[in-house]
This record gives sequence, structure tokens and C-alpha cells, in this order.
Amino acid sequence: MAQMTMIQAITDAMRTELKNDENVLVFGEDVGQNGGVFRATEGLQDEFGEDRVFDTPLAESGIGGLAIGLALQGFRPVPEIQFFGFVYEVMDSISGQMARLRYRSGGHHTAPITVRAPFGGGVHTPEMHADSLEGLMAQQPGLKVVIPSTPYEAKGLLISAIRDNDPVIFLEHMKLYRSFRGEVPEEEYTVEIGKADVKREGKDVTLIAYGAMVHASLKAAEELEKDGVDAEVIDLRTVSPIDYETVLESVKKTGRAVVIQEAQRQAGVAANVMAEIQEKAILHLEAPVLRVAAPDTVYAFSDAEEVWLPNHSDIVEKVNAVMNF
Amino acid sequence: MKHVLENVESQFEMFQILNEDGKIVNKDDMPDLSDEDLKEIMRRMVYTRILDQRSIALNRQGRLGFYAPTAGQEASQLGSQFALEQEDFILPGYRDVPQLIWQGLPLYQAFLFSKGHFHGNQFPEKLHALSPQIIIGAQYVQTAGVALGFKKRGKKNVAITYTGDGGTSQGDFYEGINFAGAYKAPAIFIVQNNRFAISVPVEKQTNSKTLAQKSVAAGIEGIQVDGMDVLAVYAATKDARDRAINGDGPTLIETLTYRFGPHTMSGDDPTRYRTEELDNEWAKKDPLVRFRKFLEGKKLWSEEDENKVIDEAKDDIKKAIKQAEEQPKQKVTDLIGNMYEELPSNLQEQMEIYKEKESK
Repeated sequence: MAQMTMIQAITDAMRTELKNDENVLVFGEDVGQNGGVFRATEGLQDEFGEDRVFDTPLAESGIGGLAIGLALQGFRPVPEIQFFGFVYEVMDSISGQMARLRYRSGGHHTAPITVRAPFGGGVHTPEMHADSLEGLMAQQPGLKVVIPSTPYEAKGLLISAIRDNDPVIFLEHMKLYRSFRGEVPEEEYTVEIGKADVKREGKDVTLIAYGAMVHASLKAAEELEKDGVDAEVIDLRTVSPIDYETVLESVKKTGRAVVIQEAQRQAGVAANVMAEIQEKAILHLEAPVLRVAAPDTVYAFSDAEEVWLPNHSDIVEKVNAVMNF
Repeated sequence: MKHVLENVESQFEMFQILNEDGKIVNKDDMPDLSDEDLKEIMRRMVYTRILDQRSIALNRQGRLGFYAPTAGQEASQLGSQFALEQEDFILPGYRDVPQLIWQGLPLYQAFLFSKGHFHGNQFPEKLHALSPQIIIGAQYVQTAGVALGFKKRGKKNVAITYTGDGGTSQGDFYEGINFAGAYKAPAIFIVQNNRFAISVPVEKQTNSKTLAQKSVAAGIEGIQVDGMDVLAVYAATKDARDRAINGDGPTLIETLTYRFGPHTMSGDDPTRYRTEELDNEWAKKDPLVRFRKFLEGKKLWSEEDENKVIDEAKDDIKKAIKQAEEQPKQKVTDLIGNMYEELPSNLQEQMEIYKEKESK
């Protein structure tokens, strides 16, 4: 099996679907000859031609509208928003338009669009590049929001997203793009959207995370093991819709939960997960559900980023609090 | 140093074929329309005027919901629609229901749209269109995509969209025409300049003398047309369509028009921002009056023809409103069912709750 970085797995997924379905179109700012600012579309224009993989003018709302119009013509657009912090420029096209197309037409039109975008902190970007804005998307009915944490899942989930007949927001954590390699089958496969994955089994406490925080949680779990705490780690993988079944099953088993997100405490999706646990599993709980999140400020200037971002030590601290409640 | 603005603006003269007296002032550009076509255009304008009057009355009786009056804009709306082929794609604004109707939307569905029932938006297969857009300008960026899709599919069709004078201030307006221009996509962008965006006059909207000249910045063709002259609007749209399917790119068409009624039936009072003098000045330009004079001069239209259309329209409206009122009430379970191709678990759970509620 091939060893790939997450960015290679993402390119591989797009190549697979460009080959499989002539209606798949990949476009965005600099995605053509340049192969995207992160090289996610490297080589795709050469391989599939400018008709299928192309540059757009520099305007995010235009990119969103273009995707909707192409979807109305039976294409499967895969637009890239260069950095997800720029999503405010295309909020109407995403939340006001593509999310509602099936609904407002009573099922007559659909928007099989996959909006890809890098996001996430820890790589010292300028402003508006690193924000975790998945919560904004997860609050919009009509969208699915996917955040992979490994190269294997990135490829399988992206193929699923492109094949999905509803709009999917596919968020790629920049810190995970090249920080490690993982096994990725060269053949095509899918990972189901809306299904969480138990990344580590444990019996004492459930850690629920997504994106880069999955890796922080796994690191925390290793540390906790040394102190005799056996943590289960759940990777949500999809933050809308959330796989509560997997979450609740685990929490009922462990009786304790900590929810972890890179987003600010007031943002992200942790609050939803916590609310669902207390509604459906409160009698199984041995302690309050706690959360690890960033402070409620605008995203940190990069000089303060390392302290601002939640890390494995913050997770260990909260786990100790629920263990000793 | 060369200052070009004045020169650019002076290039945009209003294109007209029929003057207010129904006389041809521009024989060279007279479109090639048969007598039957001319009569059909008149029939549609009269029908649509009656539909507007009845819709306003039905709204006041509480039998219709959201409604944006169309009287005064018939030439802009129907002249442009008459230049389309059935396979062309319409992306309308909220006032552009007549174009959908003449392109194949059953009247009872137009009423259901007004009443807030999703079946109003479940268009018949032959109608290639979106339901009216509420967000001003959003349809402009989507039009670039639909048009690019036609180009990629190698189809000889156009995407046509409508907004008003206020819409030209939106970023999406410029992004839409710029994208379509960059891809040389077969799109027609119509701006129905009815002089007021709700209450704000066009003079406060922009420093541009014409809205058509905004095409220059995007590098696409633009033309200002007398929007009360149905032949001029038809001819400009037909020309734009011919060039678009020939691979010559998009066109921006500004039609100078006026809405005789309020912005919508939801409490707008035009006397707060328009004078009686201005209303009277535009009433003289009424597109129906002008075209009727023209057809009467050609002995193609009579009072009898007119009355026949009025009766036909009233009869259709009566039947359609009845059909709309007989439509089963919309259910929350239908709404839930229209969210995704497959229901995720949260909606499955909520579907059960509302099935139970709605079974009582």
C-alpha cells in the first residue's frame, strides 16, 4: 500500500473522481496550472485538460455561484476556497443558496457540490486563514460538513463527498497536510459521511474530537495511560450530521466524556455534542461532560498561537477533572 | 492625460424602435416578427396586466401571499422572454414571475409560490429555470455557471437573468458579469431599471449615467434599451442571444422602465418616495398603450381582441386560484423530506416526531 501525506491523498481522490465521472469539475483560484497554493490540484489540469480543471477569477462569491450554475447543468463541481477564512465572501452562495436548492425547489433541483478548503491553526498564517469556522457551516441545515484527520480518511471521505448528491463542505486542516504519512490504497474506496470512527478503544473516559484535535487527543490518551486512565478516542470525521450513535454508545460504556475542538468555546460543534449526551445519556454519567476549546477571542495573532490553540496537556487536565469528580 | 468617462457614457444611447405614439422610429432594427408573433406579444402583455390586477386583488383578500406587482414592466419582462427558446435557462428575480409563466410555469403553481407552498417551485420538466431569487444579485453569479455549463455541453442555448437597478450595486452583479465575460459564456444579464430600489432612486444608487455602461468594466457588450418598448427589448435580447450562442460572450441589457405599483404588496407606499408628476410622466409611456396603437395602425388588434384576452385571463386565473387553494396543505414532514437525498439520523428522529404530530 502506498504511503501518502494528506494532501497527496486529497489529490488522489480528485484524480479518481475526475477519471470516474466526466461531470466532475475542479476549479478555484490558482488551481489550474499552478496546482493550487497547497498543490492539492497538482498535475490535474495537465491530466484532464482546462475544460475540467480550471482557474477562476479572484472572487469567492462568484466561485460559489459558478458552482451552483454548473450543478444546475448536471455537473459535479468541486470548487476550492483558497482558505476557509475567506468563506464570509461566499456565505450566501453556500448557506443561502446551495444548502437550500433541493429544499426550495421541492426536490426538483439538487446541488451535488463539494466545497474544499484548507483551515486550521498552528502554521503561522496571516489573519483570516486559520479560523475554525466549521460551526457556521454545521448550523446550516442542508449542508454536510466533513473534516478528515488522516490521509486514508481524506481520500475515502472526499470520494464520498464528490459522489454525494447534496452539498458537502470538506475542510482540510493545514497542519495535517504534510505533517505525517499514512497508508492509502491506490484503488478507489469510500469512507461513509456521517459515521464517526473509534480511533482508540478505552473504558474509563471518552474523548470526542475532530480534525487536528484527534491527534492531540491520541497523544493525551497515551499520557493518561501512564497514569492508569484508559481513554477511548472518537474521531467525529463528520461534524454535520454528527454520528451520535457512536458517541452515546461509548459514553454509556465509560460514563465520562470530554469534548475537544480547536474552535473557540462559543464556536465549533462541542456544545451540540455535550447537549446531546446530557439529553440522552445523563443517567450513565459519573461526572459532568467537560470541553476543551480555544478562548472566545478572534483567532490568535500567530505570535500567541501556540498558547491559544488547545493541546494535549489541556486535554489531560480536563480528563483528570472528570476522573476525579 | 486623457479622461475618458464622458466619452464612454455618451456611447450608451437609449435604443428604441417604437415611440410613445406607437410609431416606428428605427426601421433598420425592426425585428423580423410575423403578424401572429406581434399579436401574441400583445396578447401576453394584456394577459399579464390582468394577472397583475387580479393578483393584487387576491393578495388584498388574503388569498395570495408575497406578491411584487409587475404593471409597467411588461415590455421588459415579456419582450425579453419572447426572444428565448424553450431550452434556455431563466434565473429570475422576485418580480419576474411572468417570464416563468410564459416559459411554461402553470399559473396555479405561480400562485402557490406566492402562497408559500413548495409545490410552486416544483417546475415542470420543460421549464428550465430557478424559482424567483430573493437575495438581490445572487442569481447573477449563478447565471455565469449555468451559461458556462451550456458552453461546456456544447449547447446552443443561453442563461438569462434579471435584476433591478438596485441589484447593480451588489458585488454579485459585478462578479457575475465578470465571470461570464472571462469564460465568454452565453449569458444575458437584464437590468430592469425601474428607477427605484424600493424607495432609493437610481441617482443615489450610483454615479454611472447609465447602468448599461457597467458592462464596459467587465469587457462585455452592453446596451440601454427603452424598457417600455416591447419591440426594442425583444430586438436587443434576440441580438444578445444570437451573439451568445455564436460564441461572442455575454451581454448586459439595461431596460428603462417603471413599476406603476408598489414594490411589493407588503406595505410599501410609493407616495413616500415618488411624485404624482413622475407617475404621470411614466404612465404616458405605458408599454401596452404604445404597442396597442402600433398594432391598431396595422389593423392587427381591436377592442374585440382585447376583450377576448381579458376574458381568457380572468377565466384562467379563476381556475388557477381554485386549483392552488385545493392543493393539500404543506406538511413539516414534506419539508424534512426535501432536505437531503437520504435523511441523516437527526432528521429521521425529527421526521418521526412530526409524523406523529401531523397524524393527529
